[in-house]
Amino acid sequence: MEVERRTLAAKQRSARDMLRGDLEGEDLDRYVEERVVTTTFEKMLNLARSNSIFPLTFGLACCAIEAPISIVTARYDLARFGAEALRASPRQADLIILSGRVSIKMAPVVRRLYDQMLEPKWAISMGACSSSGGMFSNYAVVQGADKFMPIDLHVPGCPPRPEAVMYGFTKLQRKIQGNPDQGWRQRYNAAGTEEWARGGPASTPSPEAAEAYLAARELSLA
Amino acid sequence: MPDAPGLELIRGEIERDRPGAVLATSFDRGQAALIVDPVQVIDVLTWLRDTPGQRYRFLSSLHVADYLPAEPRFGVHYELLNRDRVERIRVKAMLADPEGDALPEIDSCVELFPTADFQEREAFDFFGVVFVGHPDLTRILLPEDYVGWPQRRDFPVGGEPVTFTYNERNYG
Repeated sequence: MEVERRTLAAKQRSARDMLRGDLEGEDLDRYVEERVVTTTFEKMLNLARSNSIFPLTFGLACCAIEAPISIVTARYDLARFGAEALRASPRQADLIILSGRVSIKMAPVVRRLYDQMLEPKWAISMGACSSSGGMFSNYAVVQGADKFMPIDLHVPGCPPRPEAVMYGFTKLQRKIQGNPDQGWRQRYNAAGTEEWARGGPASTPSPEAAEAYLAARELSLA
Repeated sequence: MPDAPGLELIRGEIERDRPGAVLATSFDRGQAALIVDPVQVIDVLTWLRDTPGQRYRFLSSLHVADYLPAEPRFGVHYELLNRDRVERIRVKAMLADPEGDALPEIDSCVELFPTADFQEREAFDFFGVVFVGHPDLTRILLPEDYVGWPQRRDFPVGGEPVTFTYNERNYG
């Protein structure tokens, strides 16, 4: 049924009639069409999840000044995206932001915190150090946090601005809603041009990575 | 900081009380250093701490440096401070690297300066210098199961090679 657009005043009038019990027949159908959105339970659940994330109060290094500290202050205010309640216990949190370099002594601790979080849970690797080791290419620092735990999102920068972290956070929300951004590859229709760092330019991805990229490509072309 | 003649006076007095303990002196950029025999380093530290007129009673730092390829290889440095006169003096003990897997050894000075406890553990942690007589010589900063002495000059830097334009062909 095609719903014709009505003015706000007309909608308010029909709402008043509805409350009074005067709305019947075609008018009632139109009223329902205008106000009810049908969707799947999955989507509704994911929408709720993505807008009520509890990040873990957790800082590793200098990036901690930008992420868990700055973005909850009044100037940046992560509460706008529904994540103002930082939890001090991993058992109550569902987002961990790795803010800084992970030393090999800290890695088991971080992994344990991640394991203690309840499903569903997400992880953001913030800054160059936790994503790749950054400037610390040495004996003491893990070269990329995804060596010991799954990471959903990498935010580049050294350190990233709080705005960058929040931009990454909104990307994570879209991922939770089941509609992840494919980035510049989607904009330039360039899915399938990925390079594989493991074996150099001419190498092929692992079977799991190839499968994941095929899925991502279908999403981006859809 | 004692000046160069003052440093020689100190050396002479130690030589009188503890013959053969001081091997050499060094006065560079206004910093005085005594290079001592590692076996007698505790004697020299005790002398500098307790002798009236010296009284270097505060160990402001203890650290090790690796002078590879020089021989002897390891230098154990004690930075002493007299807080009344605000004078500093450095004591260096040079240790050779023993053959095989053996670690260089020197006497611990925790009895003299309790602050040396953690600093000797740190030196052991990163250089593998064993401080004989230390109450609890274990790793302090690195993980307990770490293998190797990472601040030694012959220890690999670690990390992962990164492909840049200039070294692309090495990893292609």
